[in-house]
Amino acid sequence: MGAGHSHKLYRHGHSPVHALPPHCKIAAVFCFVLVVVSTPREAVWAFGLYAVLIAAAAGAARVPAGFLLKRLLIEVPFVAFAVLMPFVAEGPRVDVIGLSLSESGLWGAWNILAKGTLGVAASVLLAATTELRELLLGLQRLRMPPQLVQIASFMIRYGDVITDEMRRMRIARLSRGFEARGVRHWGILAKSAGALFIRSYERGERVHLAMVSRGYTGTMPVIADTTATRAQWTRAAALPVAALAVCLLGWTL
Amino acid sequence: MHVPDGFINAPVSVATGVVAAAAVAVSLRGARRELAGAGSGAERTAPLAGLVAAFIFAVQMLNFPVAAGTSGHLLGGALAAILVGPYTGVLCVSVVLLMQGVLFADGGLTALGVNITDMAIVTTVVAYALFRGLVKVLPRGRRSITVASFVAALVSVPAAAGAFTGLYVLGGTADVSIGKVFTAMVGVHVLIGIGEAVITALTVGAVVAVRPDLVYGARGLTQPLELRTVQVAVPGAGAGEVTTAARESAESAPEPASGPAPAAPGPRRSTRRVWLAGVATALVCAGGVSYYASADPDGLEKVAHDQGIDAKAKDHAAKDSPLADYGVKDIGDPRLSGGLAGVIGVGATLAVGTGVFVVVRRRKSAGTAERAVGSV
Repeated sequence: MGAGHSHKLYRHGHSPVHALPPHCKIAAVFCFVLVVVSTPREAVWAFGLYAVLIAAAAGAARVPAGFLLKRLLIEVPFVAFAVLMPFVAEGPRVDVIGLSLSESGLWGAWNILAKGTLGVAASVLLAATTELRELLLGLQRLRMPPQLVQIASFMIRYGDVITDEMRRMRIARLSRGFEARGVRHWGILAKSAGALFIRSYERGERVHLAMVSRGYTGTMPVIADTTATRAQWTRAAALPVAALAVCLLGWTL
Repeated sequence: MHVPDGFINAPVSVATGVVAAAAVAVSLRGARRELAGAGSGAERTAPLAGLVAAFIFAVQMLNFPVAAGTSGHLLGGALAAILVGPYTGVLCVSVVLLMQGVLFADGGLTALGVNITDMAIVTTVVAYALFRGLVKVLPRGRRSITVASFVAALVSVPAAAGAFTGLYVLGGTADVSIGKVFTAMVGVHVLIGIGEAVITALTVGAVVAVRPDLVYGARGLTQPLELRTVQVAVPGAGAGEVTTAARESAESAPEPASGPAPAAPGPRRSTRRVWLAGVATALVCAGGVSYYASADPDGLEKVAHDQGIDAKAKDHAAKDSPLADYGVKDIGDPRLSGGLAGVIGVGATLAVGTGVFVVVRRRKSAGTAERAVGSV
């Protein structure tokens, strides 16, 4: 697909990571996150090694660090929660720069920050190197029910359409001099949401009829069946296997 | 509130993942039934559920300004359940969460099970069960749909917060006392729930007003078409009268004198009787039964007290209010005081509820009056 059709999170490229079949990448990322989550939080160095692994994968995918770091901002709400934790948690207190903080709370905050950040970084890397359509095909290859994949692909395809519809309604409201300022204006916004629902549902009915008239029976034909060779699986497995080694070291040391 | 990786430990994440997968599998089958139109329904599921999921995704971006710069947005679980049915609701919200996790890294991949269980299943199921129950109890009509969706959305958000606390108890990785997590989560989410409830009720009301046939929760309420013959001599002026008469009789206003007696508009429960019975029950419960209610603090308070956790806990902000701790301040007899507080509580709740009703009714009756004037 050309540039205009891909989603904003995708970064077009021809790196070895881009070339891997999508289901290998999804499996690899999932296993990696699973390994990270099951690492003991006391092994601080292990998380450093994980970060190095992710950085290496990003380097191989030629995704610039700035892009990755900017996308990490999605985590901010939970960072706020993690920062609160040392103040409210139980257990023995330690003094850090004049503040009395809970020791286990500090560990908890570290745990969430480290694991959450690594998880987000891995997902961002996956989304940055895999096209949307491929991602959905990959999920289907991993035995996600085809019906669910279809629903997800409809959601992705029409997400922009519906969002644009909402934007048009907002412009229509603005051009009639309406500006939502407080709770009193919720009624109008809710009417817009209701209209949006009706329009989405009716669009769904039209799409369905259009598809039926083109011979749709409930299943989508698989046009390009991507299969992965053993070499590709091995390459994709490099990340989680390396992480697993770190994790085992973390448990034993 | 999307849970990231590492917030809930691995065994609980896996267990919730299994629960979520089972629920999605069941919902796929149920959604086929809910979305079935004239055909078998299998081929209608994907486009319709997909578009509804896109709608939920988009409506979560619609900002509702609260006051001075802050704003909130809809979570959509209750709304989806009421508009398209519980199975499709679970399915659509799950798909939205899945895509948010995979594409936008919003919510961890390993926490997907937790997120789906919490935000898709609990919210939707609680909201729909409550909605269905209320619609059964309340008198038939458009207004009770709005009221029921208000209550359903109001309860569904703190219920999800409670479920999250439960998961946290089982597999939380941080050492925060459960009482605090519960209080903070449910406290914050009651506030969020009020916003969610208002928006959901308004949105459902807006859809019911235009396309009541699209609202799954209101499907049983549409009355079958009635054919009536009215003897009208003048066709020009008569047309307007016929429609007005039909509309009025549908709302059980006085029947028009002219014309043969139309078919009885079906057995209608008297609203007033239900209302009076409800108030009486609530008053009896609050005033009388609370005599015998346990004076011990409830479970959580007790646990907190026993563990000494609440030593540092701040007292409630309304501690000094005349009704603090379910008693009236200057009345000595604890039983009388408790009963009186209960009665006052019921009265206050009733006043607020009636206020909402009156506002809604006034707006509606103003609309009908305008319509009547227009048709004459």
